[in-house]
Parts: sequence; C-alpha cells; structure tokens
Amino acid sequence: MRIKLKVNNKTEEIDIEPHEILLDVLRKLGYYSVRRGCDTGMCGICTVLFDGKPIPSCSVFAARADGHEITTVEGLEDAKAFAKLLSEEGADQCGYCSPGLILNTVYLKKIGVKDLNKAKIKLIGNLCRCTGYESQHRAITKFLGVTK
Amino acid sequence: MKEVTKNIIKKDAFGLMLGKPVYTNDLAPKDSLIVKILRSPHAFAKIKHIDISEAEKIEGIECILTYKDVPKNPITRAGQGHPEPSPHDWYILDEYVRYVGDEVAIVAGKNENAVTKALKKIKVEYEIFEPVLDFEKAEEHSSIIHPEKEAHSMFEIGFNAPKNIAASYEMQIGDIEEELKKCEVVVKERFYTQAQAHVAFEPHSATSYIDMHGRLVIISSTQVPFHVRRIISEAFDIPIRNIRVIKPRIGGGFGGKQAVHGEPFVAAVTLKTGKPAKLIYTRQEVFESTYRRHCMRFDVTLGATKDGKLKVIDMEGLSDTGAYGEHALTTFMVAGSKTLPLYNKVNAVRFKGKVVYTNTVPAGAYRGYGAIQANFALESALDILSQKLGIDPVELRKKNMMNEGETSPIFKIMGEGREGAEMIIKSCKLNECIEEGMKLIGWKEKYPRIKVSETKVRGVGMAIAMQGSGIANIDMASAILKLNDDGSFNLLIGATDLGTGSDTILAQMAAEILNVSTENIIVYSSDTDLTPFDTGAYASSTTYVSGHAVQLAAEKMKKLIIKEGAKKLEIPEEKADFDGEFIYEKDGNKRVSLKELATVLYYTENQKQLVADASYVGKESPPPYMAGFAEVEVDIETGKVKLINYVGVVDCGVTINPNLAKVQIEGGIVQGIGMALFEDVKYTQNGKLLTNNLMNYKIPSRMDIGNIIVKFVESYEPSGPFGAKSVGEIGIDTPPAAIANAIYNAVGVRITQLPITPEKILNAIK
Repeated sequence: MRIKLKVNNKTEEIDIEPHEILLDVLRKLGYYSVRRGCDTGMCGICTVLFDGKPIPSCSVFAARADGHEITTVEGLEDAKAFAKLLSEEGADQCGYCSPGLILNTVYLKKIGVKDLNKAKIKLIGNLCRCTGYESQHRAITKFLGVTK
Repeated sequence: MKEVTKNIIKKDAFGLMLGKPVYTNDLAPKDSLIVKILRSPHAFAKIKHIDISEAEKIEGIECILTYKDVPKNPITRAGQGHPEPSPHDWYILDEYVRYVGDEVAIVAGKNENAVTKALKKIKVEYEIFEPVLDFEKAEEHSSIIHPEKEAHSMFEIGFNAPKNIAASYEMQIGDIEEELKKCEVVVKERFYTQAQAHVAFEPHSATSYIDMHGRLVIISSTQVPFHVRRIISEAFDIPIRNIRVIKPRIGGGFGGKQAVHGEPFVAAVTLKTGKPAKLIYTRQEVFESTYRRHCMRFDVTLGATKDGKLKVIDMEGLSDTGAYGEHALTTFMVAGSKTLPLYNKVNAVRFKGKVVYTNTVPAGAYRGYGAIQANFALESALDILSQKLGIDPVELRKKNMMNEGETSPIFKIMGEGREGAEMIIKSCKLNECIEEGMKLIGWKEKYPRIKVSETKVRGVGMAIAMQGSGIANIDMASAILKLNDDGSFNLLIGATDLGTGSDTILAQMAAEILNVSTENIIVYSSDTDLTPFDTGAYASSTTYVSGHAVQLAAEKMKKLIIKEGAKKLEIPEEKADFDGEFIYEKDGNKRVSLKELATVLYYTENQKQLVADASYVGKESPPPYMAGFAEVEVDIETGKVKLINYVGVVDCGVTINPNLAKVQIEGGIVQGIGMALFEDVKYTQNGKLLTNNLMNYKIPSRMDIGNIIVKFVESYEPSGPFGAKSVGEIGIDTPPAAIANAIYNAVGVRITQLPITPEKILNAIK
C-alpha cells in the first residue's frame, strides 16, 4: 500500500507492506536519527512526534501514520538548543538515545513542564545506559527553566 | 594547563545528538544482503542433520551456510592481545550447539521477509544432551560441553575441557591456616553475584563488503577493531593484509563489544557471495546470544586481631563462563588483582578457584571485569568483620587499606592471564575520598540507621574500590599527528571512542602539548587501514595508555615544527621555539606563523609533510580509587529498597575533561546500582533465557537512582599523561557492596546474593 506522510514538514510518499513499522519506514526514507533500541517500546530511543506528541515509533504500524505529521530530531526547531545544554554537561556520551530524549524533553517544554520531578516521571521511559541520567537532569533543569 | 582539565564539548556531540548517520547500521551499503542467524532452541545438542532445501527455494534468498560450509578453525571471540589468555573453543559454526541461542546456520537474502521465512523452513534434527545449567555442578558433570579435540588454550591457563573447566588459578602468600590460628576474630561467608547484561543501546551490528582491490572490509560496532581483524583472519584463513575493519561511532560497549559477534557471519556471506551483507542484532539476540557478566561465587575468609588489624584474606572463587571460555581466566584473576591490594597489610593472602563451562549465554568482558564481583564479596565481608569487632566499618578500612607510597606483592604476582608488574603506588588519595564521602553522605549523623516511620528505616553503608589503568606490559597504543597546510592537525588513533569522549580528551592532550586549541586537532579514530595499532578500548586503558601515546606524538610534532621553523627563519634550531601560533627566535625578532610555515612546507620551500608518531605500552597500571557511600530506605513490610543518595568520591588522578570524567563515574554508579538491586537473569528449566527483553530485564530508570553525587579528589599520577589515571570502570565497583552494607545497617539483614531484591530482604527479615 502507498502512504503519504508529512515528515519534518516535507511530504513523503512511500509504498509499504501492511505489517511495516513506522520506525523502519522512517529509516528507509533516510531519517537515521530514528534508532531502534529495544523492539518493545520500553526504551524511548525511537521516539518521534506524531502530530506533535511523542510516541515510540517501533510500536506503531506505518499504515497508521498515513496522512499524519511526523517530526524527528532533524526537523525539530529547539533540538539544537537542548543538545547544546546536554553537550555542556557531557551528557551526550554514545548519543544513541539522545534524539529520543531530546524529542520528549522539547515536548515537555512545549506543554509547560517546569518541575524536575514531573519531568523525570514523564521521561521515565527514556532509558540511558551510559550517562547515569544525572548529567541529563542538569541539562533538563536549565532547558525547562526549573526553579529548585 | 590550557586545554587539558577543561570541560571541552565532545567533538562528535552534535553529530550524535542531532541524528547524523554515524552508526554501523546507518553506514551499511544500501544494497546489503540482510543476514540473520538460525539459533539453537536447545541448551546442548549435536546437529544430526540439516535440510536447507526448502529454505533455499524462497525468493530472494542468496545463501544459507551451515557448519559444513565454513572453516572449522578454533578461535576465541574475546578481543584480547595475542596470544589470548582465553581458550580457543569457538567456531564460526559447529555441529555442536552449546546454549539456547547458539548459531546453527547463517541465512542471507535480499530482504528481511525472505530471510525470516527461510529461517522457519530450515529443518534441523538434533541429538539432545543433558545440559549443564548450574555452574556449581559443572565440574565433573556427565555432560562435557567441549568434547571436540580442536579446543585448546594458547598457553597454560588451567584449561581442562573434559572436566568442563575453562581456566583455573591459584596464588598464595604466607601460611593461611597458621595465620588464621593466631587471629582472634574470623569471618567466613559465601557470596554470589549474577550475570548482568550490558544493555548498550546500539545493538551489536556488523556489515561487510569487498572493496575494489578484492579485500574484505568490515564496518563494525566494536571496541577492538584490530583484534577483530586478527580474529577474522584466523577464522577464515585469510591474511590480515586482506582485511580492513572500520569502527564508526559506537552506541555504547561496556565490554560487550570487546569481541567479535556478528563479524564472522557477515564476512562468511560476503566471502561466499561477493556481495555486501549486514547483520543487526535484535534486542532479544543481544540478550541471548552476545555476552553477559560472569556469575561468580566467592567463599571469603577474613582473619583479624581484636583491635581490628586484618591479618588474613582467603578467597576461593567459582566463575561461570557459559558456553565459551571468553575472558574466563582474566576476569577471574582481575577479581583478585583489583581487590586484594586494597588491604596490603595482611600476613597471608590466598586467591584460588576455577572458571567452569555451562550451557548458558557466554560470559565476556563487562565493565568492572571481575573486580566488581569480588568487591561485593570482600567489601561485604569487611563489614561483617567490623560488626564482629564492634568497630565502625570506615575505621576498619582506614586501619587496613593501602596508602600512597605503599605497594602490594599482588601487583607482581597477578596480572591479566599472566604475571603482573611491580609498582609502588604514587597516587592514592583513598583517605581523602573516604573523608569527603563521609561528609557528603552525613555518615556521622546517619550511621548506622535512622527510623523514619513505623515501617521505614534508613541506613548508610560504604565500600572502597580500586581498578587499573590498562594492562601493564600488554596494552599498547599508538598515535600519528599530521600537520595540515592550514596549520591544523590530524590526530590518527587506533583507540576506540565508544561514546566516552576519548576522541575529545586525546585531542585535548595533543592540543595542550602543541599549545593550540583543541578545535585545531581533527581526530580520526579506529580504521585498521588508516590509523595506527591500538589494542582497543578496554581495561580502562584509553586515557592512560592511548593518552600517553598521543602525548609522545605531540611532543615529537612540536620538535619537528621547531626544526622546520628554524630552517625557514634561517636560525639554529636551539634558538627557536614554538608558542602554538608562531615559531619565533628566542632572543630576537624573527618569527613565522605555523599557518605560513605549513603553507610553504607544502607548496614552495623545503617541501615536506610533517608527521609524528609514537607508541606506548604501560609499564605499570596505576589504580584509580573510589569510596562509595549509599543511603537506602528499606520498607520492612515489603522489603523494598529505595536508594536515597549515592556518593562516589574518586581519585583518578588529574581529570583531563572533568565533565566527561564525572559522567563516566555517574554512569558506572548507575550500572552498579542496577547490578546491586534489580538486574536479574533468569532461565527456564531447559536453559532458555527468560530475561531476554527490557520488560523482563530491568535496568535502572531515572526514577530508580536517587541522588547521585560525584566528587573527585585532587591527585596527580606521575606515570600518567598529565597526571591522569583511568576513569572508565572504577565507578561501577562499589554500589553492590555499599548498598548491601547500607541495607544491613538499616534492617540488620545481610544479603549475600545479588541482586538484592525485596523478596530476599523480606525473607531474611522474617
């Protein structure tokens, strides 16, 4: 079947198999920032914004995305600003999970989360094995303008 | 210092975070055949018959390989120096399968669908054997896991395949029994540590193709590109010169990628078909068919006098290497060599034991590498001793631990797979680490416990640890610096940045010597064709060993610049100097900028390329030290443990990039917390791994870790580059023991088997 997506404001049309997963289709289209971490929707690495809301792209059929808007980190305006804060804390490390974390955190800013604990709870599904999270939290605190 | 000790942003930060295609799967040729592996459903069996005829008929299938189609050269997948201290007991494919998940056949096709279908159509008849699933029953078991005659060790490592023993080791100093008789207090306890999974988020990935010269090129998510090249050469009987291994960006390793995993399978397909091939492990495959930490059992006996002088340490261990003997001997030896010197004032010390084969997921290198297992046992036993003696556990450690300027005979006796290297500890600020840690956790106010409600009690506990900095006389690194025609430099290194930021800190070191900005150093790391040799990123070696090579290469480059600058200025070399921007006359006015010199060198005058290279092998392995303090809250109704605070104070010498060093420690602590509290490995009765996804295998989330506070004490290691020691592994070592000790101090129960789950605590309380 043929689906039409708007990815990072660009219209993409692609033939897919009915069982194909959004993550794989996005990678086929060349959006390599979308990375597979766990296959089970547990790690948050493959997060994309689906009509502006974060979802794990490994757990969504591509067919469901037909006619919808997808944003990956390549097309996210605030991504660089948050990436800069992460890098200043050394919180990037292997970087594999960073796009997913960035997408989710930028979403939290958009919906006005300003409490670090609330942010941590919302980001609980964004796992990271390298950094130990604390450096991410230092950057998130700055990015969200959290007052302690 | 200008560049070193600064928080410089990682060179690859934005490329990684903003999604540039940089990992193996992103870089695989677009027309790569998809490779998948048919894996054994049995823990131990012999393949009687394989029928691939139906599978081959599926449209899009290009090749199916079984053990009959590949060379049977016994190798070890362990990425270690040659000759490896791991037995050569692994084959690309074999007629025996030794664990659920072991490789049976390689299937390659044009698309994933075809390959998945083909996997289901292969018919295999097995002769099933009784598997060895309990490592305490492995020795002398009626099932022999490696009955094949080809398996062998490269030198004497205590390998005894007919008894399911991959390696064994024994050392003793003094007379244990005699000294124990003299001791007033003796502690004897048995401890168990589990098989932790690495969970690096980029799965193991490899791709291969044949280049225009007919050479095999492998792009791999590996910590050890040079070892991969050598092992593939051995496995397929092709010369090293015909293989190139490229390491792109790596999504975490933690030791799990210190080996070959997918490389032989893609290579087999490419060699057979001439076509590019790629194998990207699924998460389930990563859990079931790559590496996990060696489970270990330790029987610890400590003897002391009433006033708290530790006189005897006796540790007898049993380690479970799984189906193959990778890192079997060395992880076991490190369990001794990276814990016993902590208490260097004893009269007698013994360390012995065996590493056995079982029909479970193979064990391999994992951050902490034996040290964390033994640290849990020894540092828990120390606390038991302190209770018996009625001495504060901190005081007991201070009284007996190693100090600066001291040594331990263990250093010379125990290396990694062979003898070690003598050394006198020139930097050890353990005392300061402990003092600072006590302050940060509030030890005096909180020890041993504070009752916070009728059902909740908080306790504090601590442990100390040491690691090493590379493997003395084995780990070798080299670096090449090349001056470009705009005055910038290329730094070519074999060291493998796994995300730690080593490319950046190595550039900082070169920049410091050359007195230029780190931005002027363009790093290219790990391509066996282009970069010089490096044993790889493991054993906490990059900062210390590779850093040293970079420092030496930069010093040479500086001399070359001064020499060529002096020629250009027409002054004697001794009268010239270089300040990072200009080569100038010391007592005069002549000067030329590096940029101008570089331009004329390449285009007009005295034309030549400036290149400097250096190699380094550590003559010793100075340990970084750490004191870890845990504050836990235990719910006595449910046994649930909440980690409130974890304080880690570290002596790793000078931190080349304090931010990156801190994150290394924070990340290590969190992995250690996972090992202490949640990460549990479970199999079915038939030996299939149950914890083969992230739903069943829990790693710490950001809500599980409490506050982590990391501090460094000021220290300078004279043998290290710019005073640095390693920082990669030490962070992981203390949490298991410190948390176990804190739980004991809170509720009076001693859990001796990791992970410390609520069930275990509740059962012990009752």
